[in-house]
Amino acid sequence: MSAPLHLSRRGLIGAGLASAGALALPGLVGPARALPRQGGSIRVAMQSSSTADTLDPAKGAMATDYVRHFCLYSGLTRMEADLRPRPFLAQSIETTDRITWAIALRRGVRFADGRELTSADVVHSLQRHLDPKLGSKVASIAKQFADVRADGRHGVIITLAGANADLPAILSQSHFLIVPAGEAKPTGNGTGPFRLADFRPGVRTVVTRNPEYWRDGEPYLDRIEIIAIPDEIGRVNALLAGDVQLIIAVQPLSTRRIERSSGHGILTTPSPLYTDLIMRQTELPTGNPDFVAAIKHLIDRPLIKRALFRGYATIGNDQPIPPFHPYYNPAVPQTVLDLDRAKWHIARSGLKGVRLPIYCSPAAAGSVDMASVLQEYGAQAGLDFAVNRMPADGYWSTHWMKHPMSFGNTNPRPTADLVFSQFFRSDAEWNESGWKNPRFDQLLTLARADADEARRKELYGEMQQLVHDQCGVAIPVFIHMLDGHDRRLKGMTAIPLGGLMGYRFAEYAWWDA
Amino acid sequence: MAGSVAPRSALSGVLPLLAKRIGSALITLLLVSVVVFTISGLLPGDAAQETLGQSATAEQVAALRHEMGLDRPALTRYATWLGGMLQGDPGQSLVANMPVRDVIAERLPNSLMLAAFTALVSVPLALAIGIVSAINRGGRLDRTLNVLTLSAVAVPEFLVATLGVLVFSVKLLWLPSIALVSEEASLWDTMRSCALPVLSLAVVVVAQMARMTRAAVADQLDRPYVEMARLKGVPFRRVVMAHVMPNAVGPIVNAVALSLSYLLGGAIIVETIFNFPGLASLMVNAVTSRDMPLLQACAMIFCGIYLALVLVADVVAILANPRLRAQ
Repeated sequence: MSAPLHLSRRGLIGAGLASAGALALPGLVGPARALPRQGGSIRVAMQSSSTADTLDPAKGAMATDYVRHFCLYSGLTRMEADLRPRPFLAQSIETTDRITWAIALRRGVRFADGRELTSADVVHSLQRHLDPKLGSKVASIAKQFADVRADGRHGVIITLAGANADLPAILSQSHFLIVPAGEAKPTGNGTGPFRLADFRPGVRTVVTRNPEYWRDGEPYLDRIEIIAIPDEIGRVNALLAGDVQLIIAVQPLSTRRIERSSGHGILTTPSPLYTDLIMRQTELPTGNPDFVAAIKHLIDRPLIKRALFRGYATIGNDQPIPPFHPYYNPAVPQTVLDLDRAKWHIARSGLKGVRLPIYCSPAAAGSVDMASVLQEYGAQAGLDFAVNRMPADGYWSTHWMKHPMSFGNTNPRPTADLVFSQFFRSDAEWNESGWKNPRFDQLLTLARADADEARRKELYGEMQQLVHDQCGVAIPVFIHMLDGHDRRLKGMTAIPLGGLMGYRFAEYAWWDA
Repeated sequence: MAGSVAPRSALSGVLPLLAKRIGSALITLLLVSVVVFTISGLLPGDAAQETLGQSATAEQVAALRHEMGLDRPALTRYATWLGGMLQGDPGQSLVANMPVRDVIAERLPNSLMLAAFTALVSVPLALAIGIVSAINRGGRLDRTLNVLTLSAVAVPEFLVATLGVLVFSVKLLWLPSIALVSEEASLWDTMRSCALPVLSLAVVVVAQMARMTRAAVADQLDRPYVEMARLKGVPFRRVVMAHVMPNAVGPIVNAVALSLSYLLGGAIIVETIFNFPGLASLMVNAVTSRDMPLLQACAMIFCGIYLALVLVADVVAILANPRLRAQ
């Protein structure tokens, strides 16, 4: 079994290199890179837009919200393509014990209404997440802010409940963007690169260049109109017809259509996004370790990558850290399709012939097809799976994690700590499989507090091994994010946190016409 | 003399009918609101859960439920909504945090505009096709029109819409592939934006109306009075316009009313494909986000417009038909 294993690894590296090369291409204009220039007005088509569209960063739920918020507001830190945070609205972030953090704010930064950014705004922006009535999407993360207080007009002291070296990365998320104090709810008045011109929930958002943006010469575009076209074919058509210049979430099948057009290109972002099969450890038969091991060996990862995602995916290994992550542990052996081994595990568990439904839904990308593939291989190994396809509507509240076997879908998180602590820690609200591993929890706390990068990589490496070996979650592939764009739109590169440059294209993109 | 008496007797015949119909329309609306409220209550999840989505924690859901008033018993919530409605206030949207009135005010004009454009194009066209077809019954023209309208009825509108986009937007670059309706757009831009949605809707609606018109007119043409009129030497054109049409108008107006009511609620597919900010997609949106007040308001509007159209059709049929008028 070691030969195919070796091959698939090598193939993986090759694919990684190829996609890295493809990434660099769209940004290049011949041998010399053209300098960004100001001007241009573009229209961007997102995937969804509804009456739930919001100007409140804390409530951002959809990519459309994130893009809008990054246009209007700025964060204390900003994540770059290497997945390392840099100070942004903060001039510096300092700590000695990773519990108490001193933030010095940039001076002379102004909100759209002309008021200067002060420590009061930052205190307000961070503390509001703790109010359950607000319905903040990051309330559980914000719980670790034991105290946030102003230290003079331009200083903020954050005290955490426990040491966390990742605070700068956490603060780079769109939910923690800075809104002004003294507003009952955010109205679009921010310090971001753009200003709000029109906002109609479910219809469109229009932003225009902020002429007083605190970063000289940026942004480049004059005007961005954000709309949503839920139908993917409609989105691609709108791009090809020239009605929009940038679209998010292109299906792998449509890439050929876009690439055939000389005026349009694809931006590929290998990302840590994954759809995972959840096997609840608190229920039977999924709580049987032999059953979990059998399922992990029944997943044809190359087939899923090829057939479901047309190659636009990275092979996964049942743990949430993708190979291009700085903390990835290459020593964890790759699980491959192995019917004999699966049969052996099934025989040992005594579960041969067991009948079990798998709950899947279009809400978790690719899960319906993954369930069907698993059903096929399950039949060959003596397991009788039923594919229960549920509507996307209401899936998360009614089915996700509520059955012995269901599918989940996890968007990229800015740090290894966040994905581990939100989805794998024993007491996490979304501990999908309900596994409990004291060693894992202990490592997580250690790694979070550690300042030494080499040591952290080692700790996160061991955690990957633990999840791979024992957790009731199977992660077949990490799914690439694909955006389509007009070739005149320059400055677009991949930031592995999400489509459209981690939803922040507005800060970088420029129009070359 | 007769001419001056007829309108009064027609009106006096119509008025009680109007009063009765409006009364029953109100009861229908009430029943519809009860049904919508009950059935949407059976859907999994509520507005608080849907708003928080995958990231909901129990504590947040409880807090948001309280904030939205969803922790009160269903009957209380319905009574509050009904009380508001009776005072003309459809309440506050749970998800958009805006009065329902404002949310609807933004979308309703778009939907009405789309329906009006489509009606303007399709009603005359459908009537023309139907009448011409009926007059030439059995002829080559009739058979051609039959094949065309039947195939148009059979083709789903998403196919018409998608093909329209491929041909007119992607290949020919004549028309926008999405409807960009906004205040700053000029009338010309708006009309260009609406061209493909109107085309897709019209294809289906014209075919339905034309088929009904043809059937109604053909039915009248077989009547003895038509033969009599022709034998008396009345020109055929006059037979059709003065004698056949008043008798055929009842079923035709009803068919038109049904088709037009479809243009509002049934436009959902066209609204989705062209990203048209109309009422139908708003209603779907209200269902998926479990936004009860908004959903109820949309249901009331669709139901109300439908009832109004059917009522208008009946009144027109009565006024146009001398025999019904006399009853």
